[in-house]
Amino acid sequence: MSSDATAMAPLTTVEPDGDRSGRARFAIVALCVLLVLAIALGVSSGASDASALAVLRDWLAPGDGVLSERDRIIVHDIRMPRTVLGVLVGAALAVSGAVMQGLFRNPLADPTIVGVSAGASLGAVSMIVLGATLLAPASAVLGIFALPVSAFCGGLAVTLILYRVATRQGQTSIATMLLAGIAIGAMAIAMTGLLIFIADDRQLRDLTFWSLGSLAGATWTKVFAAAWIILPALGAAPFLARGLNGLALGEAAAGHMGIPVQRLKHVAIVAVAAATGAAVAVSGGIAFVGILVPHLLRLLIGPDNRYLLPCAALLGASTLLCADAVARTVAVPAELPIGIITAAAGGPFFLWVLLRRRGVIDL
Amino acid sequence: MIEARGVSVSIGRKRIIEGVDLRAQPGRITAIVGPNGSGKSTLLKALSGDLAHEGKISMHGRDIRTVKPHEAASMRAVLPQSTTLSFPFTVREVVRLGLLGGWSGVPAREAGRLPERALVRVDLDGFAGRFYQELSGGEQQRVQLARVLCQVWMPVLDGRPRYLFLDEPISSLDIRHQLAIMDVALDFARRGGGVLAVLHDLNLTAMYADSVYVMQRGRLAAAGAPAEVITDSLIARVFECPLRVGVVPRGVPFILPQTAGG
Repeated sequence: MSSDATAMAPLTTVEPDGDRSGRARFAIVALCVLLVLAIALGVSSGASDASALAVLRDWLAPGDGVLSERDRIIVHDIRMPRTVLGVLVGAALAVSGAVMQGLFRNPLADPTIVGVSAGASLGAVSMIVLGATLLAPASAVLGIFALPVSAFCGGLAVTLILYRVATRQGQTSIATMLLAGIAIGAMAIAMTGLLIFIADDRQLRDLTFWSLGSLAGATWTKVFAAAWIILPALGAAPFLARGLNGLALGEAAAGHMGIPVQRLKHVAIVAVAAATGAAVAVSGGIAFVGILVPHLLRLLIGPDNRYLLPCAALLGASTLLCADAVARTVAVPAELPIGIITAAAGGPFFLWVLLRRRGVIDL
Repeated sequence: MIEARGVSVSIGRKRIIEGVDLRAQPGRITAIVGPNGSGKSTLLKALSGDLAHEGKISMHGRDIRTVKPHEAASMRAVLPQSTTLSFPFTVREVVRLGLLGGWSGVPAREAGRLPERALVRVDLDGFAGRFYQELSGGEQQRVQLARVLCQVWMPVLDGRPRYLFLDEPISSLDIRHQLAIMDVALDFARRGGGVLAVLHDLNLTAMYADSVYVMQRGRLAAAGAPAEVITDSLIARVFECPLRVGVVPRGVPFILPQTAGG
């Protein structure tokens, strides 16, 4: 640490006793309120002018003519599944990022950066292109789950390879992990390219639609398929929090404190692959939520995973809903891919955070 | 009691330590000393259960291979040589991690105040709100000691003594804090716990340790009370450095580096 570190002004305001749990609890409540507002925004924004209030009144007193039949269909069959999907995907991406960063003890770890999303994409594209031929048996057995499950398998394969390559004697090398992630990601992208090359016209249309990174085309069926994978993965997160806190001190120290490190790693890897895979399967690649949201929260409430993980789920969901609202209103009647919004807003913000925090986050 | 019998450790094909016997008893400070690369830290890692070993290591009579991580964590806490953190933890948050398993031995309602009390013990009162990364190496080491103290706050739990494993706890500290931290270890031992420490400073070893194990090239060169072990001939043989050992009136040996070569 440089000698002038102590002379620097505090980089964030921290309670004098160093206990940020009160602030974290307040953040959870505030983020719940934010999510409710974001959901209202998601349900009410769009070409039709059905407002959140009108939707609520229609629920409380159905049939009193607040909503036209057309608006009701728009809200119930288009906006609501899209909003629920946004909540699931946003929470999945942000929590995956936070868990992966804890697992690798590295603030740079994120499914999109280290190739897990590329692996999940490869899995999904394989299913779209080969679903009628080579993978027909799997496709038949899995039904609506075919796409999310194949994306999950792709993501899991990359995560396992990455961990094996980057970890030696209980220490995960930052440089090895990033380089290996880039290499594995490049291989997955190459294979994805090959599959796109051999795809026919109808498959190409499916692929293009899917790979834009968008919540458009959300249906209750899609929501159902994604929820079955994402919700258990998110449900595992609270049980990982204590162990991930210990892991911040290193694998050996975590073991000395009584944490079953191997089991923790296995559960975390499967949860990250499941959440990332399902998110990628239903929404394509949405960049930066997984790295941006946990970072912002660590600045605000500190790195304690007992608070970080629930906050990440709430803020990730809200962020994605807001980005989606922008994506579908900024170029009406067309829609921008949501990935453009998250990357365009997230990139500069992330650079700003890095510049401001270079002293404390010493990589 | 922690007991090692004929313990050997290999990393890859290289034999790091060979046939070491050691006993760390409650109420005593047991020191492991030796030149750089003699296998001190490897021995401590084997005793902590981090490295696969041949021979037998037992804790309260149980083979440590059969002890689960959470059971081991209730019997001993381990201070590593140094710890880096990738996330911006405050000092209090780091110390609090020691309470994660819930074996401090104090009632839950009092446990919340242990981080502050532990920080006072390591002379870091008022540091709770600082960021760990902004501290000096010696301060970080004392924060980690405070964390480790929280894990086994009561030296005896349910009638069984508990242990502190310390890997070079004082090598990055100034002289005042070297003495202060050794006093913390001494106090832990006097209250019924056991301390097993890898040390570099032979003078402080002589002052504080009840028994000393001297490692040389992976093997035990000598073991016994400081006055028996720290002698002219042993120092010359193990450290390959001709030093004169003096004795202060209480019978504690001391070494002045000025005597080398003369």
